[in-house]
Amino acid sequence: MRFETAHHHTWRKTKSGLACTIAFVSAVLVISPLGLVFGYLLIKGAGSVNLDFFTKLPTPVGVPGGGMANAIVGSLILLALAGVIGIPVGVLGGVYLAEYGSARLSSALRFLADVLNGIPSITWGIVVYGLIVLRFKGFSAYAGGFALALIMIPLILRTTEEVILLVPNGYREASLALGVSRWKTIVHIVLKTASKGIITGILLALARVGGETAPLLFTAFGNRFWNHNLSQPIAALPIQIFTYAISPYDDWHRQAWAGALVLVTGVFCVNVLVRVLTRQRGASVA
Amino acid sequence: METPEQTVMERLEQGTAPPPEAELPPAHTFEVKNMSIWYDKKRAIDNVTMDIATKHVTAIIGPSGCGKSTFLRALNRMHELTPKTRLEGTVLLQGQDLYSSNIDPAIVRRRVGMVFQKSNPFPTMTIGENVIIGLRLNGVRDRKFLNERLEKSLRMAALWDEVKDDLHKPGTSLSGGQQQRLCIARTLAVEPEVILMDEPCSALDPIATAKIEELIYELKTNYTIVTVTHNMQQAGRISDFTAFFYMGRLIEFGATTKIFTNPTEKQTEDYITGRFG
Repeated sequence: MRFETAHHHTWRKTKSGLACTIAFVSAVLVISPLGLVFGYLLIKGAGSVNLDFFTKLPTPVGVPGGGMANAIVGSLILLALAGVIGIPVGVLGGVYLAEYGSARLSSALRFLADVLNGIPSITWGIVVYGLIVLRFKGFSAYAGGFALALIMIPLILRTTEEVILLVPNGYREASLALGVSRWKTIVHIVLKTASKGIITGILLALARVGGETAPLLFTAFGNRFWNHNLSQPIAALPIQIFTYAISPYDDWHRQAWAGALVLVTGVFCVNVLVRVLTRQRGASVA
Repeated sequence: METPEQTVMERLEQGTAPPPEAELPPAHTFEVKNMSIWYDKKRAIDNVTMDIATKHVTAIIGPSGCGKSTFLRALNRMHELTPKTRLEGTVLLQGQDLYSSNIDPAIVRRRVGMVFQKSNPFPTMTIGENVIIGLRLNGVRDRKFLNERLEKSLRMAALWDEVKDDLHKPGTSLSGGQQQRLCIARTLAVEPEVILMDEPCSALDPIATAKIEELIYELKTNYTIVTVTHNMQQAGRISDFTAFFYMGRLIEFGATTKIFTNPTEKQTEDYITGRFG
């Protein structure tokens, strides 16, 4: 066996240092957009975020002031609708994949869910436009919520499945050995043990669809006023930002910056909440 | 080696062994006839016939992979959780066929409880909740009844004095040995007729093991107990009957004193004396 010479050693160290530097620069490049976006939003939008922004309706063009209260509430309503449809379907689908499905069916469904996760969100908008908006002859909060739900379902399905598979088999066996039925074991033992992971998945899915604009353009459409009728078009923060950003008015541009700042902060807060939840995992998994 | 007869006589004088002429007492909780089990195409149990005595401890010994856990799990249909299993033969519990088509496995498991190798108290529940969860999920709502059963089960599992002030603490906060006794209490709470134990002490230190063994000795006054163990000394200490399994077959079955002092089969003797396995 031949040992390397000092020369080889130096060259190896150089290569190692080079690789390390490239990796570090890449990491910085990955993180920097987040910092840049957030910093720019703060500079441009922070000045327009005030009490009025959260409590007032948009003003007509040329009238200063006003806010996006209807869009913030509208976004929350849309998320609630999406959650009502998407959470049960996604969670139960995940339970099916992890607990019941045969190996072949499960892998087919898993593959489909992954494909669905990769579909551009505007496609969902068009699908729902065809399915609901055209049929019921009008844009509506229902259609918007449904489109967001369709995006959420595969996301929640996959995370739910993954955390359920993390629950050790010993707990299922212990429960079944007590004469507890299969579905009660799943609901009271498996889902309870995996609950933090499932809630994390739901929150991340909500954060993801909360910022979706494209699927709402064809469905919820947006609204300049308060709307409490879910079968009518409803305002949403991302649509409002879009409308204001492409307008020619400086006043509206400032509002759009403020809206974007609020939206990003909201998503950021949800992610922080998720971190907190997963850190105090205690006895339960993931 | 001392003469086997002598040892049997000694044990007889101490009153721990059944009389030799009535090796198996008449009452049988389980009657297993010609049981064979396949996992997919692999045969795990090969034509086993044995009766399990009521209110006695039966130990199942044998090298790893000999089918002893499979046999144990077949006694409350837990082996069915593994996909593609097939069973032939009959298992009678108090004369009733466990595998007849109108029997719900959940009901079987309520009558035949199981304690596992790795203690597994439910991590989201307190000590108290862990004990009564079987009753609660089987539809028992009566708080007074649940509290009574909670205390009774923990007392029977010799854990009450150690945890009575900590019932609201998580079950996972207990030590390994305490967790295993908690799991035994959880099994006792649904009042089964039989307790199956799958190497209940193999993850425990000697002191915790001694406590569980003592507990098994006390429990056999009320319950039929079947336990799988890798530990020869333990089988000798706690069991009345011993079954030796090898490669899926029941090689020898009889009174523990006989198996350990005067085995009929060469394979049994070789295994017990540590020549293989």
